[in-house]
Amino acid sequence: MELLHVKIPSWSDLQYWLPEAVLCVTFLLGLLGDIMSRGRRPVVAFAISVVGLLAAGALAIADINAVAPAGGRAIMGDLMVVDGMAIFFRLLFIFAGLATVLFAWTSEEIMGRRRENKGEFFVLTTLMTVAMMVMAEARDMLMLYLSMEGVGLTSYVMAGYMRTSLRSTEASIKYVIFGSVSSAIMLYGLSLLYGMTGSLQFSGIRDVLLGGGAEPFGLLVAVVLILAGMSYKIAAVPFHFWCPDVYEGAPTPVAALFSVGPKAAGFALMIRFFYSTFAAGTNIAASDALIKTINWPLLVSVISAVTMTYGNLVALRQTNVKRMLAYSSIAHVGYLLMGFVLLSEMGLASILFYLLVYTLMNLGAFFFVVAVNNHLKSEQLEDYKGLGYRMPWAGVMMVVFLGSLTGVPPFAGFVGKLYLFMAVMDRQWFWLVIIAGLNSVISLYYYFRVAKVMWLSRPDEGHDSPLRLTWLQYTVLACLAVPTLALGLYFGAFKDLADAGIRTMAGG
Amino acid sequence: MNVGLPHFLTVSAVLFALGLFAVMSRRNTVAILMGVELMLNAANVNFVAFSRYVQRGIDGQMMAAFVIVLAAAEAAVALAIVLAMYRNYGTVNADTAQSLKR
Repeated sequence: MELLHVKIPSWSDLQYWLPEAVLCVTFLLGLLGDIMSRGRRPVVAFAISVVGLLAAGALAIADINAVAPAGGRAIMGDLMVVDGMAIFFRLLFIFAGLATVLFAWTSEEIMGRRRENKGEFFVLTTLMTVAMMVMAEARDMLMLYLSMEGVGLTSYVMAGYMRTSLRSTEASIKYVIFGSVSSAIMLYGLSLLYGMTGSLQFSGIRDVLLGGGAEPFGLLVAVVLILAGMSYKIAAVPFHFWCPDVYEGAPTPVAALFSVGPKAAGFALMIRFFYSTFAAGTNIAASDALIKTINWPLLVSVISAVTMTYGNLVALRQTNVKRMLAYSSIAHVGYLLMGFVLLSEMGLASILFYLLVYTLMNLGAFFFVVAVNNHLKSEQLEDYKGLGYRMPWAGVMMVVFLGSLTGVPPFAGFVGKLYLFMAVMDRQWFWLVIIAGLNSVISLYYYFRVAKVMWLSRPDEGHDSPLRLTWLQYTVLACLAVPTLALGLYFGAFKDLADAGIRTMAGG
Repeated sequence: MNVGLPHFLTVSAVLFALGLFAVMSRRNTVAILMGVELMLNAANVNFVAFSRYVQRGIDGQMMAAFVIVLAAAEAAVALAIVLAMYRNYGTVNADTAQSLKR
């Protein structure tokens, strides 16, 4: 056996890794620019980040067609792989990062006059984007752990961005404690898995497992520990405790990014890890032998049902819109996990498509909260009274986002849910689809309560002045709202992209 | 006495349990972070032992080296946050951070 499994990386690998490389350089340049301007000109870091993200986005789009033989291209020896799925998630993360950078520029919580070190925010967002992209590409325990910690470390800092604010500090201390404990638990699980299989590479692990070379009880312990660390990242019950507090305490643009970025990255990582170690890709027949040793789909399906029910029930009695959106994001993780247990191509493709839709609508809803917070300094539902009449355009867009989050017909959320439910029906997990259906009905109540407060009650006397948004805010919100509407009517191209992503997933 | 794989695994299991116990029972955030370090090092002991006895390569040792570096980075970030907490709350007791609604 070779002493070290990592091969010496060759430079020719890097041509398939250009978006990440560009963002790494952007991060360094942005940091340098911010330091050179002594933190007084955040526009330097902002401009560098925007240009870098746009360039990375252009390269990633150019890559859609340029890639890939089936099985993807190995990067850095075999530590990472760029395949269809990685390309899909790349675009998703760059989009989310760019939207966050642009909207944060207009946020009082980040850019307010008394805030310090404004430029660092944009630099950190860029770094987090790279780390998330690597999470979607990792196919080795080393890279898995490194990328998860990369996302973790940047997000701890970003949660505590408002250094003098009690709430922000509390959010980051809770995040760092929960985060570091769960990643340590996951690492212990990984070490056990390494011990049982003697390999750090996902494919090597599966080869040993297929040979029946692992003891079932030890395997169960390892899977539970690893699943604990990953459920923390996507905020699935019972590792969701940090989520509402962190979202409520962190600056709202940061919460917006947390609610989509690390979650989607966590899903990418889980798909890659579980489908190339404990299952034979989407090949159901071949996976059966692996499922017999350890029935993780059953375990995850229970987590999924509990997560969506818990998220929806607790969201019902929230009076803070940001906190309500936090619980709603927990519920959405529950829906997404349904696709994860199916072991079918359809299930995974519908996760990817739903994550795309979810990114659009959830970022939109959070950004609306940012815009309101700039004026009202509040996220309480009672202060949203009659808001639709004070900011009509943004109010209409918020209704689009809420409708889509509920999953009612003309919006993208409906199509996403439809695909997801169809995939679940296809594999005949009927009890799961019934629970999900009931949950969607519950969610209607709390999403539409926000819409009702905004539009069906008049603003109070003296609090009815119109609120202005900047053109940048309108642009970003429109860039999220229009696709949320359009994807509900025309979704073919993006569904194809998600399907192709899963079809060309490496290690299937 | 011949020291073998079971001995290393026992040490690491004890370390992990002690770390988890510290995390759950301590109220001082610095002590909680020390517990996390114990848990990470438990995993490191596993990695190194497995790489010697199971894989007979150096993958596990390489992994442990990276984990040590990351643990240092994590400690730096976490202690900076604890410092910010001390500035704002005047204490590093995890129970005092309760301003967010539960």
